[in-house]
Amino acid sequence: MADIDRRGFLECMAWVGTGIVWTAAGGVLSSRTLAHAGEASAGDFSFVQISDTHVGFKGEANPDATATLREAIAKINALPTPPAFVLHTGDLTHGQKPGAFDSVAEILKSVRAERVFYIPGEHDVFLDGGKEYLGRYGAGTVDGRGWQSFDYRGVHFVGLVNVLSYKASGLGGLGEEQLEWLEKDVQRLPSSAPLVVFTHVPLWALYPKWGWATADGERAIGYLKRFGSVTVLNGHIHQAMQKVEGTVTFHAAMSTAFPQPAPGTAPGPGPMKVPEDRLRGLLGLREVGFVEGRSPLAVVDRTLAS
Amino acid sequence: MRKRIRAAAACAALLVLSTTLPAARTSDGAAPEAQIGIEHFAFRPETLTVPAGTRITWVNRDEELHTVTSSAGAFASAGLEKGETFAYTFAAPGAYAYFCALHPYMKSTITVK
Repeated sequence: MADIDRRGFLECMAWVGTGIVWTAAGGVLSSRTLAHAGEASAGDFSFVQISDTHVGFKGEANPDATATLREAIAKINALPTPPAFVLHTGDLTHGQKPGAFDSVAEILKSVRAERVFYIPGEHDVFLDGGKEYLGRYGAGTVDGRGWQSFDYRGVHFVGLVNVLSYKASGLGGLGEEQLEWLEKDVQRLPSSAPLVVFTHVPLWALYPKWGWATADGERAIGYLKRFGSVTVLNGHIHQAMQKVEGTVTFHAAMSTAFPQPAPGTAPGPGPMKVPEDRLRGLLGLREVGFVEGRSPLAVVDRTLAS
Repeated sequence: MRKRIRAAAACAALLVLSTTLPAARTSDGAAPEAQIGIEHFAFRPETLTVPAGTRITWVNRDEELHTVTSSAGAFASAGLEKGETFAYTFAAPGAYAYFCALHPYMKSTITVK
């Protein structure tokens, strides 16, 4: 695992934005299509990513994390183009607090989308190795172990679990079995198939010193490189950050619960207290749009303040 | 100037890196006790040497949840909120490596003599 130096980090930071970020993946800015839903053709669709809802969190960084989650859902329900589905990229709960999973299920009932797909964060599995999480969300995943793939209107979606071997390496990890499954899962697809991969801990070495990397992420990325359009979505770091590597675009998402410091700007990661009037500018959700015949997906980060 | 501050900070850091507790029992004959702070995503002191029978109490001073989890499975706390504590009595001599299950790069070792 290559360590990230300050220069490399600053290069990463060049992709950082707050507020609404319009990302030009592969040099094509296609986000404007989101604002013109009326022009959409039959194959077009959008979906939403939410992350790090940390239900059960109580602290100075956000006195009411369920209220901001409800605000995020209200934003989703008010989108001009209703999302086909929602992806939750983990840390549903704050440290598996008693009743937190029930609250998550209850609150997310109000989201106007066909379905919510989940993958776990380390906060959801660290106490019991994923027993409760998989009991609730394991159905329909590979051998009930949390990872999964599905196709939607020509786009192949892959959800990866990289928090179950967290303890051993200090980084996210996929493990041999999941990597072998991934290799087989994408093998049958033509290189022209657009891919969306979603996971909790960044797949790329964003800031290994804080555990913001997946130890065997490079191997997974290796299986994806032959594809013309790969969008990798993650959570965990509670801030929007992007990186482009050939045809693979990496996007870290904001949390709905509390912000975390930018890499290296504090003694460690963790809830960051900001003035109350700034909090909602640092929390949010992400809308991703797919336009048929146009390979890069449009990724738009929307804060709760916008 | 900046260099000097950095050097001073490094010296200060060294001071808290390692602590050895005296083997003597407390004056009232109770088992020896020690405290470890969890602060800024680190266990302080980072390493600690104590006599057998010492009861160690960890206190989390971060707003983030942390755990005190033995690498060999000897002990494991739940998620500790800010201000919450976890205690374990080290009866047998040995080296006890532990970490935070939520931030596994937070590692430390207790040496029991």
